Amino acid sequence: MLKVTLKTKKILVPIISILAGFLVGAIIMLVWSYNPFQAYVSMFSSALGNMNGIGETIREATPLIFTAIGFAIASTAGFFNIGLPGQAQAGWLSSIWVVLANPNMPKVFLLPLAVITGIIAGALVAGVAGWLRAQFGTNEVITTIMINYIVLYSCQYLMQQVMSAKLRIDTDTTKTITANGSLKINWLSSMFGDSRINAGIFIALVAVFLYWYLMRKTTTGFEIRSVGTNAAASRYAGMSAKKNIMLSMLLSGGFAGLGGVVQGLGTYQNYFTQTTSLDIGWDGLSVALLGGGTAVGILLASLLFSILKIGGLGMQTIAGIPYEIVSIVIAAIIFFVAIQYVIGLLFKTKKVQAIQKVTKSADTDSDSAVADSTKTQGGQN
Amino acid sequence: MNLVTILALIVSSTFVYSAPLIFTALGGVYSENSGITNIGLEGIMTIGAFSAIVFNLTFASAFGKATPWLGLIVGGIVGLLFSLLHAVATINFHADHIISGTVLNLMAPPLGVFLVKAIYDKGQTENITQSFGYFSFPGLADIPVIGPIFFQNTSAPAWLAIVLSVVLWWILYKTRFGLRLRSCGENPQAADTLGINVYGMRYAGVLISGFLGGVGGAVFAEAISGNFSVSTIVGQGFIALAAMIFGKWNPLGAMMASLFFGFAQSISIIGNQLPFFSHIPVVYMQIAPYVITIIVLVLFFGKSVAPAADGQNYIKSK
Repeated sequence: MLKVTLKTKKILVPIISILAGFLVGAIIMLVWSYNPFQAYVSMFSSALGNMNGIGETIREATPLIFTAIGFAIASTAGFFNIGLPGQAQAGWLSSIWVVLANPNMPKVFLLPLAVITGIIAGALVAGVAGWLRAQFGTNEVITTIMINYIVLYSCQYLMQQVMSAKLRIDTDTTKTITANGSLKINWLSSMFGDSRINAGIFIALVAVFLYWYLMRKTTTGFEIRSVGTNAAASRYAGMSAKKNIMLSMLLSGGFAGLGGVVQGLGTYQNYFTQTTSLDIGWDGLSVALLGGGTAVGILLASLLFSILKIGGLGMQTIAGIPYEIVSIVIAAIIFFVAIQYVIGLLFKTKKVQAIQKVTKSADTDSDSAVADSTKTQGGQN
Repeated sequence: MNLVTILALIVSSTFVYSAPLIFTALGGVYSENSGITNIGLEGIMTIGAFSAIVFNLTFASAFGKATPWLGLIVGGIVGLLFSLLHAVATINFHADHIISGTVLNLMAPPLGVFLVKAIYDKGQTENITQSFGYFSFPGLADIPVIGPIFFQNTSAPAWLAIVLSVVLWWILYKTRFGLRLRSCGENPQAADTLGINVYGMRYAGVLISGFLGGVGGAVFAEAISGNFSVSTIVGQGFIALAAMIFGKWNPLGAMMASLFFGFAQSISIIGNQLPFFSHIPVVYMQIAPYVITIIVLVLFFGKSVAPAADGQNYIKSK
């Protein structure tokens, strides 16, 4: 058994999870007689080997950063916001709608208007779950799952039945947005080999900083963290549980909505019918879990997952290995993060006090915080 | 269309769409009564659907008409094996139930599609030749009025599911095993003190949910979709979860709720053939199960009905 410091251990857990996840992928590929070495080499080389690949990887990471921050904020407050896909979808459709409906508005007004609309839409969708939790103690895991599907079908209805046919190409696709509402930057795209990289990444970097600042340097962030760590003690200290539930869910949904906005105004430049919950929602959840909810962790994890996802496309073309192996690897990584108790058994922390800290800090981590909050607030699904 | 024909159409399509939900929701009831939250039902259904279709395509010529029924068992067994991941993670490795369940949901669709591509070299399978189709109960189908509505051209898996839910209700509330299972979901410490093997009971709960969820996925694949692709199971597992909640964690309740949600689903599909429902926008029927679940949860304050220790890890002290 290795002896490591607490800090090293915190870094080792995600690294070992990542390696174990890749190993699971390799084993599955070996079983079906694909060459895992060739797979991973072609994956990384196509994601990072040329400017277009790098641009696409950054573009892919952009919405994940937002949805992951969204998940992390709620999770810090002790809520499992599994409604990221629905919140992002609301942000996507509403921002595209605003731009399409105002083709002649100057960019300085239209772009912020569309972005803010998307944020508000995402926040409202999450706010419903937050309000139900604050007011009635309804378990947010179930409500957000249900709301995902309500949003999925409602968006389809809104686009096909409510949106003016003039804004659509056909029943399943809207028109492409005009340049005055787009996040596209031409010089940036051409710098990165005509990839779809867009201004979203700059907003994302600002968001990462804001997230760090909000959580670490403001009273609001302190209250959100306290409520998540110990709801009863926070109440005793005079913090309003209801206010913090609502606030954290609104912030969470707002960031998730922003993820949908950059997907719409940046990546696709339109909205099209979705048949399943948005991937960026689920991937954002994975990113936040792997990144341990920290700002730097989210940034690194989002880049890793987008390297996998963009590289996976190249892997499929070059090595002929089904793309799905990428999602299997991601799911496996999250599995190992979830059972970090076992990974933790491999290492001994150096001091006895340090061990106590480990259990404590594990509590503040997203996973146990969920169990804690359900225990203290009694909300069972 | 006369009234009996309309009712027969509604009932038979309700049964077809309810069957997968009933099996899966019953699985959820057992898992959560043992204390393990299982939001991975969706993933378990996906794996069940995948394995049933592969089995059906491979062995249809060998087993003929029995193939879909054997496919159910295969789907169930593979679902059970898949749910082992959730069981090991939550029971032995202290994983959060929601995260572990989410892993099942994240893992199943890509795994299924990967294997389809590895086996068949394309993204979705062929259509199966031996599907469930419609079934008429000999004798019962000839009863006037009731016969045509309930027993003629109906879904055999649905009737199996309904009978099963009664059996599972009896096991859960009237047998020693059921009492022990529920005690592990209500108060594992007390159960352990009385000498009940909490880990064992919780394994039983999760594995039963894996088997039934797999069967549910297999029923959906072999009765409704007819093939397997990434879009075969999209949300049915979550509707089953909703049915379990709507049914207050009780097998009979879950069955009734599944029938209701099956009705809502089938109306959104056959609605345009019906006189009254053709005027209601499809979206209302599509979102009905989800909205109703939220309303039910709010009405029950979301906490009073679930097993008390549902979703909490039990770590046996040494």
